[in-house]
Amino acid sequence: MKLLEGQVRIPSGCAICAVISKKGRLMTAEKIISGIKVMHERSNGLGGGFAGYGIYPKYRDFYALHLFYSSSIAQAETEQLLKDRFYIVKAENIPTRKTPFIKDAPLIWRYFVVPPAPLLDSVQLDEKEEIVRMVMKINTEVKGAYVFSSGKNMGAFKAMGYPEDVGFFYGLDEYEGYAWTAHGRYPTNTPGWWGGAHPFALLDYSVVHNGEISSYDANRRFIEMFGYRCTLQTDTEAITYIADYLLRRQGLTLEELANVIAAPFWSVIDQKGEEEKRQLQYLRTVFSGLLVTGPFSIVLGFEGGLMALNDRLKLRSMVVGEKDDTVYIASEEAAIHAMEPAVGNICAPSGGEPVIIRAEEGSF
Amino acid sequence: MISIDARGLDCRALNQAIRSADDDCEISGCTGQRFIGAGLQKKHLLIRGVPGNALGAYLNGADITVGGNAQDAVGDTMNAGMITVHGSIGDAAGYAMRGGMIFIRGNAGYRAGIHMKAYQEKQPVLVIGGRAGSFLGEYQAGGVIIVLGLNQDGKDIVGGFPCAGMYGGRLYLRSDCSKISFPEQTSARPAGPEDLEGIRPYISRFCALFGVDMPYVMGSHFTVVFPNNKNPYRQTYVSDQ
Repeated sequence: MKLLEGQVRIPSGCAICAVISKKGRLMTAEKIISGIKVMHERSNGLGGGFAGYGIYPKYRDFYALHLFYSSSIAQAETEQLLKDRFYIVKAENIPTRKTPFIKDAPLIWRYFVVPPAPLLDSVQLDEKEEIVRMVMKINTEVKGAYVFSSGKNMGAFKAMGYPEDVGFFYGLDEYEGYAWTAHGRYPTNTPGWWGGAHPFALLDYSVVHNGEISSYDANRRFIEMFGYRCTLQTDTEAITYIADYLLRRQGLTLEELANVIAAPFWSVIDQKGEEEKRQLQYLRTVFSGLLVTGPFSIVLGFEGGLMALNDRLKLRSMVVGEKDDTVYIASEEAAIHAMEPAVGNICAPSGGEPVIIRAEEGSF
Repeated sequence: MISIDARGLDCRALNQAIRSADDDCEISGCTGQRFIGAGLQKKHLLIRGVPGNALGAYLNGADITVGGNAQDAVGDTMNAGMITVHGSIGDAAGYAMRGGMIFIRGNAGYRAGIHMKAYQEKQPVLVIGGRAGSFLGEYQAGGVIIVLGLNQDGKDIVGGFPCAGMYGGRLYLRSDCSKISFPEQTSARPAGPEDLEGIRPYISRFCALFGVDMPYVMGSHFTVVFPNNKNPYRQTYVSDQ
């Protein structure tokens, strides 16, 4: 049975953390692990995860699909689907280390794939849409299989456990990326399980989230009209699909995305100048079903950058700091100091005010 | 003064070390440990590094000084004592505090002074040197909140929606507040000589703590905000006479 958010309730916060080099300088995950570890008490061991950008330079032209399988039957069925539709240039176990803190691991695999050009012509889809459809197909139709990462030259890594242990488990100190995000989970409302850990990723978009989405069902119903399927029993995946829908399919800018999901109050819009007022009214009206209410602080990762955003009431904390070409984001200032003791320009963005950091073009 | 190195200590171990010390404590290398000094009645704590959320929660007479910034919920539900922060602080400072004083040199985040309350001799005071975020003094029921706007970043003295749900106490902003709108259940007017005399001791203390020029601070416009009715929300849901 497909369980939606709200059908299982576990009354029980979260930690988010991110780092990016504006010069595209590669960093192992050691720094971000030291940051998320400081916020240990914000999680309870029921989920931890990371997203790294720029980690697969050798396969940068291929989509890296990361999968959890609960059985070899699920794996066989999934691989048949992949072979039928895509070129697979490499298929392998994602290497993991043994640690007593991460138990009951599923089978964890990755595939570097690309849809063949004739296929795309025949179905008149672009490459990214073909990948999204495959992800949704596997996640809804193959019992025991979940695609949890599907972007180019990036990857999400997640598990049941505390984030610092998850980082060790996947050996993320051996990966190098120009941007990282991290999450420590303390599930509210929904079960802790491998698929429910953050980040939630689709194509190169990934989301880590602290909070809970009061508008989940309204958002889910809207986004499911456009082929997305919420299958992971938690609210955050809806934000990832909303980002993909608005940025990739509707062609909105990141600022516009922020003005949809964390739309200003009508009373605030009324005080704006005519042009801005018209734009904000348009976004709130056309995409009213994608307004995300309830407390949240999120970091959205995308190819070449990060965006941090709080809900408009700022019901969750988030702090940003910088040193040289590197920008740090975390739920707590202490985590930023752990990543970079000499950090400066510490600030807390206002509710609904997006902080967008991009790596220089050509550097990643 | 007893030195405590907080590195590697979790919040429980750190608080245990503070409680078992029989003198004032200087805590170095703080890395986000929560609840530091919770419920503490005596002693002075000097904190270096970044203390975690709910610093001085339920504080009951002790005196805490932070050399730099502090995080969310400083002085949550504090009852007595004093907290001095030389940097800036996160959201929800003085959450439901009902006694004692908090002095912040820098800026405060969202919801500073949310649901402060007062009763007889218990009159809490929160003084913010810089600017305050949105929802300043939300649901304020008592006590005094003062924002001085000494920040140098060009941003407004307060964010949106100050005094939302206010039904007691006084809020003072060192500004003419010409661009700020307050809820209809409150009144805002220029602070008169009596108002300023009432807050002078707190501002004097702020200036002494941080080395700020008192005549400079007092030489500006202040606005005082207070609820305009004893029961401003009696019709919000049902009649509550």
